[in-house]
Amino acid sequence: MNVASVLLWGFVATMVLTMVMSLSQGLGLSRMGIPFLLGTMFTPDRGRARVIGFMMHFMNGWIFALVYVLAFESWGRATIWLGAGIGLVHALFVLGAAMPILPGMHPRMATEERGPEPTRQLQPPGFFALNYGRRTPVATILAHLAYGAVLGAFYQIAAG
Amino acid sequence: MRATPAAAAAGTSIPTAYPPIADYAVIGDTRTAALVSRDGSLDWLCLPRFDSPSVFAALLDRGRGGHFSIRPTGSFEVERRYVGASNVLETTFRTGTGVMRLRDLMPVTSEEEKRRELWPNHQVLRVVDCTEGEVEVVIVCDPRPDYGARIPAIVDRGRFGFQFGSRAGALRLHTEVPLRQRSGTPGLGGRLTLRAGERRHLSLTFNLEEPAVIPPFGEAAEGKIRQSLAWWQRWAERCTYQGPYRDEVIRSALALKLMNYAPSGAILAAPTTSLPEKVGGARNWDYRYCWVRDASLTLRALMDLGYEAEGASFLSWLVDATRLTAPQIKVMYDLYGETRVPERELDHLEGYAASRPVRIGNAAGDQLQLDTYGEVVDAAFQFVLRGGALDRDTGRLLVGLGKTACTRWREPDEGIWERRGEARHHTHSRVLCWVALDRLIRLHEGGHLKAPVQKFARERDAIRTEVEARGFNEDLGSYVSVLDGDQVDASLLLLSLYGYADDGEARMVGTCERIYERLGTGPLLHRYVEADGLPPGEGAFGIAGFWGVEARARQGDVARATADFERLCACANDVGLFSEEIDPGTGACLGNFPQAFTHVGLIGAALTLAAASA
Repeated sequence: MNVASVLLWGFVATMVLTMVMSLSQGLGLSRMGIPFLLGTMFTPDRGRARVIGFMMHFMNGWIFALVYVLAFESWGRATIWLGAGIGLVHALFVLGAAMPILPGMHPRMATEERGPEPTRQLQPPGFFALNYGRRTPVATILAHLAYGAVLGAFYQIAAG
Repeated sequence: MRATPAAAAAGTSIPTAYPPIADYAVIGDTRTAALVSRDGSLDWLCLPRFDSPSVFAALLDRGRGGHFSIRPTGSFEVERRYVGASNVLETTFRTGTGVMRLRDLMPVTSEEEKRRELWPNHQVLRVVDCTEGEVEVVIVCDPRPDYGARIPAIVDRGRFGFQFGSRAGALRLHTEVPLRQRSGTPGLGGRLTLRAGERRHLSLTFNLEEPAVIPPFGEAAEGKIRQSLAWWQRWAERCTYQGPYRDEVIRSALALKLMNYAPSGAILAAPTTSLPEKVGGARNWDYRYCWVRDASLTLRALMDLGYEAEGASFLSWLVDATRLTAPQIKVMYDLYGETRVPERELDHLEGYAASRPVRIGNAAGDQLQLDTYGEVVDAAFQFVLRGGALDRDTGRLLVGLGKTACTRWREPDEGIWERRGEARHHTHSRVLCWVALDRLIRLHEGGHLKAPVQKFARERDAIRTEVEARGFNEDLGSYVSVLDGDQVDASLLLLSLYGYADDGEARMVGTCERIYERLGTGPLLHRYVEADGLPPGEGAFGIAGFWGVEARARQGDVARATADFERLCACANDVGLFSEEIDPGTGACLGNFPQAFTHVGLIGAALTLAAASA
């Protein structure tokens, strides 16, 4: 594995993913803010949550980059299309498997079974995170396609 | 007590006549709700959410909609109540041979209690007791998912009950009563004779995934009833209001709570669709969404009764929902803040008492209603006044709304009453933009956010100048619906409620008089009387009468306001629920039911009367 390449392009890919999700929030396509979702697992303070979440988000970006890179190394090549393909699978996993269980893991997120006690916690994402806006799945998939494409395009397979 | 015709009660077929809307009571678990009629028929239930397709919709089509009924055979008289300060419904049937009691609830408890045992996603628990003599009971359970479009396959799972085929999830009926699939007609049916002291449980459960959770009967079911009663009664006891008409206020608060979607904090307008504003007419709309128009008054009602958590949760939902469209605000949002709820007609349903079309979704979401800016900002302001705090994000969002109000307040819109057709320059819309800017200035002065106060003050003053010049008709001596117009509408009563005008000012006094003169039948007020492009004949608007009570009370006419309040309260049904509208001639409930906004009006009026009488 080319460690330097993983670190660099994992960082860049995460930045691109973050930008796509932020853009989708700014355009009113989705309310999902990944740093906010992650950070509020540790603190109810919104400002601090974003900082913590941002750092966690980049750590996750590197960790997931490792998985992509292991796949590239096992295939002996890294291309935009391979990276985007893994990104698609990654996005579908996040939306279909991770989001539904998030309320069970997140200490400040309501579940869809909550009630009648009111909640000031975060709303649950629902199936495919549709509760955060009906275009959330599209935005999430595009962001992960971009993430994978960056890694696929720029990661250098380890020599030998 | 009311007698039910013998012909209607005999046998297993449902009556062809539609019961009056007032014959219904509501049960729920704050994620969905069911309507149960006086004769024990559950005629409306959507699963898994309020705005999901129905599994029972006999409310809108007696033949095709599906129902779940439990009633004595033969004729009977009915009395019903909610058990104490709860949303557990108790219906007592007196027959010639005995007395039967039916309790209906959707069990609820605390989040902590829920973590101790498995609960199904939703449950309707129906408990039948014979308390005197003996009663022959007939039961029919005939769900028709997807708004009556499907007749589900029924699988008998033996001691695990009956499973109904449903695309949305696992719908099961588990009973202590032997039921069989009916021959010739869909659904399950059965009869039994209960004797004094005997009890039977029936449980309809819905689970989003398998394996399904099937709650046991016996002591476990009785425990669910006790838990639910205890939860509701503890919740009601948190109400800080100790003034007159407390029972009516508590019932309204309980009804409002049932329409609060707990996972997101949203409060919907009503849990039903297409109950007609005029029986047999076309004014049939889907109210299973959240109207921003209701925001400020709803928040005030909740928080002034001591329900800060619900108020904070609702504001949190409101801010979150409007984020997707900010700095514009849409008229309505769904339970999770989605704005696109396309309207379509369900041609296969005949409609309540042939009131067609039946509609799902709502096209009002596409309208422009500039008053929404004031309602959202005022909701946040009221929250802060009552001790709440705004975070920076919310502050920025609100300021963004204020900037939009500055640029758009001169535009025509559809107004608070959502009249479909040409947009007009509504006085109420102008005033609510004034409210938005006024509140933002005051929030800035209180250090709760940072706003461009000079710009906001300039625009606020410009609005007032225009409203006072063109929104007031000197000949009428009244504010008017539309600038330079000569008609009034009930929303003008809100000019003083929002603090734009003083109740004692001649202009407001004149407005109040003109409204009662042109729109009133006793204490009941119509929204407006102008043609609106739809066939005429809608009823009086429930909350408008309560706005009138508030206006009169604040003007000092407490005796008349009190008398009006009592007459309005008498328009509720026998369990204290209000619909959207009231027929001024007959007092009949019209429109979707129960209507959150009408109950908000009752709460507001009671609070104002208490303050005025103090």
